[in-house]
Amino acid sequence: MKPAPFRYVRARSVDDAVAALARDPEAKLLAGGQSLIAMMNVRAVKPETLVDINALSALDYIKVKDGGIAIGAMTRHETVKSSPLVAEHCPLLAEAYHWIAHRAVRNRGTYGGNLCHADPASENPAVALVTGATMVLKSAKGERTVAADDFFKGVYQTAARHDELLIEVRIPSRPKGQGWGFMEVSPRKGDFAMTAVVCTLELAGATVKTARVAYAGIADRAMRFAPVEAALTGKPANEATFAAAGAAARKAINPSSDFHADEAMRRDLAETLTRRVLAAAKARCT
Amino acid sequence: MSNEKITITVNGKRYDKEVEPRRLLSDFIRDDLRLTGTHVGCEHGVCGSCTVLMNGKSVRSCLTFAVMADGAEIMTIEGLGTAENMHPLQKGFWEKHGLQCGFCTPGMLMTAVELLKEKPRPSVDEIREALSGNLCRCTGYQTIVESIQRGAEIMQGGK
Repeated sequence: MKPAPFRYVRARSVDDAVAALARDPEAKLLAGGQSLIAMMNVRAVKPETLVDINALSALDYIKVKDGGIAIGAMTRHETVKSSPLVAEHCPLLAEAYHWIAHRAVRNRGTYGGNLCHADPASENPAVALVTGATMVLKSAKGERTVAADDFFKGVYQTAARHDELLIEVRIPSRPKGQGWGFMEVSPRKGDFAMTAVVCTLELAGATVKTARVAYAGIADRAMRFAPVEAALTGKPANEATFAAAGAAARKAINPSSDFHADEAMRRDLAETLTRRVLAAAKARCT
Repeated sequence: MSNEKITITVNGKRYDKEVEPRRLLSDFIRDDLRLTGTHVGCEHGVCGSCTVLMNGKSVRSCLTFAVMADGAEIMTIEGLGTAENMHPLQKGFWEKHGLQCGFCTPGMLMTAVELLKEKPRPSVDEIREALSGNLCRCTGYQTIVESIQRGAEIMQGGK
C-alpha cells in the first residue's frame, strides 16, 4: 500500500520545527521515518501534516556533559552504535545496539525518534529506564526535562506534548563498579523483541545495593517492576536471589499474546532472561 | 498537498523532478525514473528488497520519502555494473549461485556493497549479521554468503 497524502513542511532549525508544531495541531514530526513511514505505508496512521526535521543537523551529536553523555535527538542509530563515547560512558546502551534494528534501518532511524515512537517492544526505552536517562523537550514556550521513568506512557504514547520536540537525551555515566546486562529473544536478530530484559546492578560487598531491571515486549510500554527490584535490593547477590527476581518478573509482567509469542512464553522468557541478565551484570560489577 | 521540487542524483545522473510528498523513494526510482532494478517486496521495511545506497549508506527506499532524498546521491543496482561489465559482487553471485528467483538480489547486493566497503574481508558471521535485514525465500542464504565471500575475493584481486 501507499501512504495517504499529507502536507509537507521542511524545518530548517529547531525553532522552525517547534513553530510548525505550534501552528498546526495536526502536525507530526518526521525524523528517520523508519517506524512512521512503515505505519503510513500500511495506513495505520494518516498524519495530515509532516514536519521533516532531517535537516536539523544541530541535533546530531554525542558529547560528554555534566557527568554523563548527551545525545542529540537526531543522531542516527548507527552513529550511537559505533560511538566510543557511548561505549565508555554507557556500555549498556552500546551492548543493546547489537540487538537494535538492521543496518539500513540504523543508517536512517534516529535515537530520539525511536524513543518518541515508544514501541512497547523497542529496546531503547528499556535502556533509558535503567540508565536513568532524561529527555529534554522543547516547544515554542520553552524547554523542560522529563525523566525516562515518567516519559513512556503506553503504546506509542509518551509524555511529550503535541507541540514539543525531543531535542536531547542525557544519560548519566556508568558509576564505577556498576554491572549491566542486556538479553533479548526476537524472531530474527534486529527485529523487535518478543521479550528483552535489561539491568544495572551495584553491589556492596556480596549484597545487592541497587538494581534496576526493565523489560520490553511484555506490556504496553517498556517498564520496571517494583517487586522485581525489591526481590534484589539488600539481598545476597547470588543465583537464588536472581531466581527470586525472575519469579517476581513472571508474576509482575502483563504480556499479551501475538503471532510470535503467546503470554505463557513471554512469562517464561521474562523469568529466565531476568535470572541470566542479573548473573551477567554481576560478573561485570568491577 | 502541493508537490515539492527535488533534485536527486541517481547513479551519477542528475534529475530535477516534482513529486508528491508521499512519493516513496522506491516508487520514485521505479516509476518516475523507470529504474526497475530496485525491487519492492513488503513495502513496510521488513524485507530489504528495496535497499539502495543514499550518500553511500544503505537505506530502505520504501521507508524514505523522495522529498527526504532531495540533494542526495542515490546508487541503485543499475549503477553497480552491467551484464558486460559486472561488479565483483555480481560475479560472485553468478559463480556461486547466489540467487534463484532473483527478487531479493538487488537488495542483497547493495547491502553487500556497503559491507565490503567497510570490511573488505568479512567473516561469515559478519556477512550474516549484515544480511540480517534482507529476506530471501529461495536460497536458504548459504549460497548468498558464499557469493559475498567470493565477491570479496575477486575485489581483493583473486581470480
